[in-house]
Amino acid sequence: MNLTLRIWRQRSSEQAGAMTTYEVRDISPDMSFLEMLDVLNEELILRGEDPVAFDHDCREGICGACGMVINGQAHGPERTTTCQLHMRHFQDGDTIDVEPWRAAAFPVVRDLVVDRSAFDRVIGAGGYITAPTGSAPEAHATPVPKEAADTAFEHAECIGCGACVAACPNGSAMLFTSAKVVHLNSLPQGAPERESRVLGMVAAMDEQGFGGCTNTGECATACPKGIPLPSIAAMNREYLRALRKGAPGRV
Amino acid sequence: MALATRTAHPSALRTLWGSTIGKKTVMAGTGVIMLLFLIAHMLGNLKIFFGPGDFNSYAAWLRTIGQPVLHHSWYLWLQRTALVACVVLHGVAAYQLSRRDRAARPQRYAHRQPARGSYATRTMRWGGVILGLFIVWHILDLTTGTLNPRGEAGHPYEDIVADFQVWYVDLIYIAAMLALGLHIRHGFWSAAQTLGANSRTRDRALKAAANVLAAVLTAGFVLVPVAVMTGLVN
Amino acid sequence: MTSYSDFTVGAPIADTKAPDGPVAERWDRRRFEAKLVNPANRRKLTVIVVGTGLAGGAAGATLAEQGYRVVQFCYQDSPRRAHSIAAQGGINAAKDYRNDGDSVHRLFYDTVKGGDFRSRESNVHRLAQVSVQIIDQCVAQGVPFAREYGGLLDTRSFGGVQVSRTFYARGQTGQQLLLGAYQALSRQIDAGAVEMHPRTEMLDLVVIDGRARGIVARDLVTGRISVHLADAVVLATGGYGNVFHLSTNAKNSNATAIWRAHRRGAYFANPCYTQIHPTCIPRSGDHQSKLTLMSESLRNDGRIWVPRAKGDTRPPQQIPEHERDYYLERIYPSFGNLVPRDIASRAAKNVCDEGRGVGPGGQGVYLDFADAIDRMGREKVAEKYGNLFEMYERITAEDPYTRPMRIYPAVHYTMGGLWVDYDLQTTVPGLFAIGEANFSDHGANRLGASALMQGLADGYFVLPATIGDYLARHPHQEADPGHPAVAEAVADTEDRLALLLSVDGDRTPESFHRELGALLWEECGMARNDAGLRKALDRIPQLREEFWRRVRVPGTGTELNQQLEKANRIADHLELAELMCLDALHRTESCGGHFREESQTPDGEARRDDEHFSYVAAWEHGGDGAPVLHREELAFEYVHPTQRSYA
Ligand SMILES: Cc1cc2nc3c(=O)[nH]c(=O)nc-3n(C[C@H](O)[C@H](O)[C@H](O)COP(=O)(O)OP(=O)(O)OC[C@H]3O[C@@H](n4cnc5c(N)ncnc54)[C@H](O)[C@@H]3O)c2cc1C
Ligand code: HEM
Ligand code: HEM
Ligand code: SF4
Ligand code: F3S
Ligand code: FES
Repeated sequence: MNLTLRIWRQRSSEQAGAMTTYEVRDISPDMSFLEMLDVLNEELILRGEDPVAFDHDCREGICGACGMVINGQAHGPERTTTCQLHMRHFQDGDTIDVEPWRAAAFPVVRDLVVDRSAFDRVIGAGGYITAPTGSAPEAHATPVPKEAADTAFEHAECIGCGACVAACPNGSAMLFTSAKVVHLNSLPQGAPERESRVLGMVAAMDEQGFGGCTNTGECATACPKGIPLPSIAAMNREYLRALRKGAPGRV
Repeated sequence: MALATRTAHPSALRTLWGSTIGKKTVMAGTGVIMLLFLIAHMLGNLKIFFGPGDFNSYAAWLRTIGQPVLHHSWYLWLQRTALVACVVLHGVAAYQLSRRDRAARPQRYAHRQPARGSYATRTMRWGGVILGLFIVWHILDLTTGTLNPRGEAGHPYEDIVADFQVWYVDLIYIAAMLALGLHIRHGFWSAAQTLGANSRTRDRALKAAANVLAAVLTAGFVLVPVAVMTGLVN
Repeated sequence: MTSYSDFTVGAPIADTKAPDGPVAERWDRRRFEAKLVNPANRRKLTVIVVGTGLAGGAAGATLAEQGYRVVQFCYQDSPRRAHSIAAQGGINAAKDYRNDGDSVHRLFYDTVKGGDFRSRESNVHRLAQVSVQIIDQCVAQGVPFAREYGGLLDTRSFGGVQVSRTFYARGQTGQQLLLGAYQALSRQIDAGAVEMHPRTEMLDLVVIDGRARGIVARDLVTGRISVHLADAVVLATGGYGNVFHLSTNAKNSNATAIWRAHRRGAYFANPCYTQIHPTCIPRSGDHQSKLTLMSESLRNDGRIWVPRAKGDTRPPQQIPEHERDYYLERIYPSFGNLVPRDIASRAAKNVCDEGRGVGPGGQGVYLDFADAIDRMGREKVAEKYGNLFEMYERITAEDPYTRPMRIYPAVHYTMGGLWVDYDLQTTVPGLFAIGEANFSDHGANRLGASALMQGLADGYFVLPATIGDYLARHPHQEADPGHPAVAEAVADTEDRLALLLSVDGDRTPESFHRELGALLWEECGMARNDAGLRKALDRIPQLREEFWRRVRVPGTGTELNQQLEKANRIADHLELAELMCLDALHRTESCGGHFREESQTPDGEARRDDEHFSYVAAWEHGGDGAPVLHREELAFEYVHPTQRSYA
């Protein structure tokens, strides 16, 4: 296939960027989207131009490193990560627009690479269970009902890619944050920190400059791991419950 | 470790108003109160089909609620105060959140996202502004009578009939009712989500309920101008 | 540049610091004998941890909990993305929740035997002991392991062992374990106890007066080179499978940290031990950037075959039953499709070498579920393997329900790594290596679900106990930033990067990586022989020379420059590859993942040579001269070496 790519090029966070047009030829439908960009980059290097920078690592859809907005959709037209999107979902002759995640909380580092460290700070504000090494009781001391274990697992699947923020018209991190809150708050091990966790994480989320949620639902549509929209409701419930209980929140 | 150093105890209310989720909760709470009022209001309005006597005395009765504990019209003023507070809180929260939301996406995508959210979802902000303007106009029209072609205190039936003889008033009302329908269609489900009442098992039921509620309220309200226009009520 | 075509033999390694006495008591004894650091003094001690995978993440969080100052690094944008996240299958632990006869001793036994008697008994026994605590720790952290309806943990059996001791979280065990460690680490970062440097790559080790005192690192966003000094340095930087270019490792996994440490004096042990996984999705063309693993569990119900005739290009459904060769069932009637990884991999290579491979380039064999679907019904098959089938279909656009899957072996794991003693300390005092970066516990072959166990054992339990002994013996003394060794390490790094940028040749870094990988796969892959290894040892120095003459790295060193990162890693791969071939050449026996064609039984199985090779090969960097081999002889007091047989 031959394709026209319009890619956001921006040298650094300080410099202005623009969409730039490239042509790629002989793209195999079996290539992944990132492999297609590899082909482009190899050509650019030999032509003496700067290759396109993008984040990636596992290329298996699990590390959450990759992510770009393809034709206006986070991770492109399929419900998967960019590294697992294959070129067979495009047509010969297509023009494809490629842009970085756009959100105030995710400043562009270069080209398609953005800084998602805000997510790490949200996790640091309570997205854990305090269990210092060696202090753990025998694993079978607390049985976890299968249903709770399944709910926890489903939410723990979030790969922290940031597609939810990129897709949300408000650049909101509600889906990401709710995934972790629901994961930990549905387990008995997570119960002691249930209130401080949600208060801390929501405060951090706001502090990092993510927008609020207007229940648009784009996030859940874009999420490659299928974190469901009602998880946001579950987090809201936890949050209001924590406020009612007046648990010490962290600001 | 120094985990405790950042622990502070702001009051729950301050935390509520200070966080995005909290502000949204205020919107949802006030929205639901207004919604309850509108359901009652709509049912009340439908009394217009029983003729001027019934309707006017119903309006008069409204002013006697709570008597003799409350003075004449006190209940109404309480309700008005509450509703004004709701509109103001709802509007201020909406305004502040909208600004924040816009700031969180400073640069738009060159390739606009194919619209996927429903029309109702995307029109919440403008729809809300339309509703706000409508409410001001509506109060000047039917409560104070300032803008009403007739505007006679104690005769709402006649005022309404006078109103809907005018084509552009019909237009304004009907447009506002459609805006209301859309606002509720997303708003009701959204409020359930915000207040944490939604869950995976309830999601579909809540969406269906929102559609029914929006349709019933819009139809219920629109019936009045339509009835006047068709001469069913005069 | 150094030449590796020859080597010299140095003094054998006598002391591994493992206490003697009954193997089951050694770990307790070592912990008891270790000196402790007063909690008040820990605050003054800084430990650098490079890497945030299972090993590094667990170590960083634990050391910070203990009160040390931790300064931690990873090259990804977040510690949560370390390569450990990709592990699918599960983690072993001798919990014996099934009451099926498992025990610490059995896990110990299985691991020593599985490693084909090339690992240290003391270490392996400790690993088995600690495995039990790992599960407790992870459950307490909220890792959502699979559970049964009664609310208790579920286990499954894995990789040919007879007990069910593998704990799992669907197909995402590595992810869930890593997130547990990452969250514990995040808590310490938030508390200020860990200073985290994401997107920062270690490019050299600083050794002052014979002790590891810090690292030279490059901020990958700004390109700034910085020096970080500390009281001890821990490398948790993962394996080096990407030397092969195509592997199941994450794209950016690399050997730079351990290779640079090797060049600064740390011995490199058993570099030739690589594990090749039999069930990966074959490459679809030259554009292929990495290989994807399909869970081994597929072999439980799928049947592996190739056409009987060479060059048979008919679609698989049109090849009648009697023209198919179910070669594993034919050669290994008792184990059939379930023979161990190395055997299954080699058999696939053999049939493809005969010209009977299928798919693009004849590099693939069929894994057929038609019988399973007939027997269990499509529903049942979907229930068991649905997500794997989906993944396969997403990548290949072929429907495995109606058309047999194509699979091929791929490089998956490296058992070799930095040589460490029982305390996980390398030969450079103050430099520790944990996780896949060291060579410690798996011998010549790793059992499924044991890498996660080792990474977490090292990170949560072993290193935090042993590093204290070193730190107690080396009270805090500020390292001198003005020391010539610091300036030298920085200058080396800067020169090297400047050189890469200045060549301005006509080949991309990637093209060298591809070429190196193809060579290594051919000559130092599933089967190795004298002639091939010598050929590779001739070719690699030429390729390296060509690299430094013809590579083109665009851009500058003072910005995010992914090609510069890559070129710098490939430069190290080009050196390590040679040591791998040399190690493979010198070890003329076959063992575990290392199969020398010259050393096989009449029926084609690997033949160990315990008399000559029952040792760990620890290589010392030879500077400008040849590498120096130090042997650590292995003693087997508890598990007695036997020849494996699966026929
Ligand atoms: C596809 C796949 C599936 C697997 N499945 C299983 C399984 O089911 N069970 C099992 O037990 N094992 C499995 N393994 C093996 C196992 O995942 C790994 O051996 C293990 O996770 C390695 O962990 P680690 O902590 O040592 O290193 P890694 O997780 O590789 O972490 C390395 C860290 O070091 C950092 N780093 C590296 N170099 C530098 C540098 N120069 N500067 C700064 N930072 C650096 C990286 O950023 C990263 O944080 C699997 C492996 C693969 C590839
Ligand atoms: C002053 C005029 C009004 C303005 C400016 C306004 C604006 C908004 C906005 C911007 C939202 C947010 C949409 C979202 O987050 O999904 C919203 C939600 C809502 N509005 Fe209004 N609105 C107004 C009047 C009303 C009225 C009269 C009602 C009563 C029916 C109402 C009921 C709701 C409800 C129930 C919600 C959902 C709250 C939530 O999402 O949690 N609004 N409004
Ligand atoms: C066709 C539809 C409507 C008709 C015929 C109607 C009619 C009236 C009348 C007659 C009154 C005066 C009642 C009195 O003072 O006794 C009134 C008041 C009011 N109406 Fe409506 N209304 C309609 C729609 C709406 C809508 C859609 C809203 C809100 C979005 C609304 C909000 C109000 C409010 C806030 C008051 C003031 C209540 C008070 O003063 O206490 N109305 N309406
Ligand atoms: S919630 Fe989904 S979209 Fe958002 S970060 Fe997690 S996996 Fe990505
Ligand atoms: S798209 Fe955004 S508005 Fe809420 S529902 Fe998702 S975070
Ligand atoms: S590269 Fe890891 S999820 Fe895409």
